[in-house]
Amino acid sequence: MPIQVILEKCTGCSLCVKVCPFDAIRIMDKKASLDLNKCTLCGACVPSCKFKAILLEKTQSKGVLPNIKDYKGVWVFIEQKNGKVQSVAYELLGKAHELAAKLDTQVSGVLIGDKLDDQLDELIWHGADNIYLVEAPELANFQDEPYTNILVKLINKYKPEIVLCGATSIGRSLVSRVAITVDAGLTADCTGLDIDPQKKILLQTRPAFGGNIMATIISPNHRPQMSTVRHKVMQPMSPDKHRKGKIIKETFESSLYASRTKLLDIVEEVESLVNIAEADIIVSGGRGMGGLENFKLLEELAHVLGGAVGSSRAAVDSGWMPYSHQVGQTGRTVAPKIYIACGISGQIQHLVGMQSSKIIIAINKDPDAPIFKVATYGIVGDVFQILPVLTKKFKEILRK
Amino acid sequence: MNIIVCIKQVPETTEVRINPETNTLIREGVKAIINPFDMYAIEESVRLKEKLGGKVTVLTMGPPQAEAALREAISLGADDGFLVCDRAFAGSDTWATSYTLAGAIKKIGVFDIILCGKQASDGDTAQVGPGISTHLNIPQVTYVKKIEEVSANIMKVERMMEEGFEVIETPLPVLLTVVKEINEPRLPSLKGMMKAKSAKITLLTQKELNLDPQKIGLCGSPTQVVKIFTPPQRTGGVMLKGEPGEVAAQLVDLIKNEVN
Repeated sequence: MPIQVILEKCTGCSLCVKVCPFDAIRIMDKKASLDLNKCTLCGACVPSCKFKAILLEKTQSKGVLPNIKDYKGVWVFIEQKNGKVQSVAYELLGKAHELAAKLDTQVSGVLIGDKLDDQLDELIWHGADNIYLVEAPELANFQDEPYTNILVKLINKYKPEIVLCGATSIGRSLVSRVAITVDAGLTADCTGLDIDPQKKILLQTRPAFGGNIMATIISPNHRPQMSTVRHKVMQPMSPDKHRKGKIIKETFESSLYASRTKLLDIVEEVESLVNIAEADIIVSGGRGMGGLENFKLLEELAHVLGGAVGSSRAAVDSGWMPYSHQVGQTGRTVAPKIYIACGISGQIQHLVGMQSSKIIIAINKDPDAPIFKVATYGIVGDVFQILPVLTKKFKEILRK
Repeated sequence: MNIIVCIKQVPETTEVRINPETNTLIREGVKAIINPFDMYAIEESVRLKEKLGGKVTVLTMGPPQAEAALREAISLGADDGFLVCDRAFAGSDTWATSYTLAGAIKKIGVFDIILCGKQASDGDTAQVGPGISTHLNIPQVTYVKKIEEVSANIMKVERMMEEGFEVIETPLPVLLTVVKEINEPRLPSLKGMMKAKSAKITLLTQKELNLDPQKIGLCGSPTQVVKIFTPPQRTGGVMLKGEPGEVAAQLVDLIKNEVN
């Protein structure tokens, strides 16, 4: 059995019972007992035991990659859209710089696209020591297969120990394929990254169960260690125009650039031009907004603050807002500087999508609304009266 | 048209709460449901079948009780169910899970379209769908919000992006992951529920799949969880009181340094 309790060491303290996410441990006769039908071997109980009484063994270990020591350097996949490097790439370079310092190694960016020359300096100023640049007209826009082929080739050739990528639509699709192909561990949507000071491996922390628990994950025996990283969590470094870096241009045979899927069109939707994933301030409305026409109040405030308009599921289901604005479990997860929830009661499905925001402001007429339990500032009152005053006051101070 | 839908049974996240005193997960009475995103994949597969004819096969990997998820999918219009279940698969991360599901799909045989929800609500990785298509060496389109056209060997879909959407043409077979916007799932029909009750669920174990033991379960999983903890819970902050004008003024004062 790959997991067992060493009965001599177990004191029946029940610490493991509490951490098990699958309800697979019970205390029976003052000893921990595992229900193997429920256990998924996730390993959460092992470090929780102060007495080292739980053993999780890899019965037939796939083994350590033989040349693991050859893998060096921290890489960032530089996401570009329409020829413009996305802000998440700068955030990741900042983090990569910090990780590389702890590993005494270099930061490299991988930039795939067409005609991107004008942004190379900016990447170097933000922390890249090297940039692997792959340019071709057919690579101008992201497509799963060619981008996967190229990233796989580069990883196999240069052997980085860590590869970071934004947890965006593009990033998640791309590196999921890459990690399978290069036989690497991939951790999704990380919100914390660090280096284990002894083992020099990447500690990847991410939320699970809708943010109700956090897990720290490692890929000790495989390289590269790959993560997608949540947008807006890591800080870019302040640009240093004296930084120098190397540009390494790579070209591959054209068969590598072929794609079975064909990108026919890219449609930008006007209503989502200030997209909620990018916004520093989100003004969000729920059922309490009462109707489509009242979302204008939110739009006005968002406009004054330079923010975006979000929505609860209830408002989307009522047809007041398009789905692309939905915050929450079945919509988007956001973490802006300020989240203003108007007429949103705060169902758990909504909270998991916004509870990492820095400041949460809740305006709701129900004093018992659960949203107030997570709000930095709460106002019990009528959104229709408060919003116009708020918009007016911000207009005044921001004009200065 | 042969369609395979991959689903996952998950705890109903809405009911996963933290006990503020012990700071642990409260699991009592937590129901197991079909991952909400997979409901859209099931619905879309049934719509495709209604339009083009064919068969919908629903596939899951999990403990024996995951059979309930397959039966629910059948009540919603799927034709048959396969349960991948073996202790040998326990402890799988997304690498090993997608390898195992790809193995099961090869065993099931012919398919034109594989549908998955965009991600599961417990793990939120969005990695298993693309993982399966990679193991099967077929194209993928993630975050599909609309199937515009579909014929015997080609389809045109809309892929949701942060700023809008892309229109993508893909040959079949293909794997799609779908978002909520794609449809509105129906409720189970009485006929469907009757069918679900008696439907035969095929069990696939390591014996049937005969997968590389180095690539399954715990040992086929490059990632390991080393720590699980509950994040510091947000607590309610300051309640502002007064007339609309007063509270608005207080609020502007409190956050004006954050907006500029």
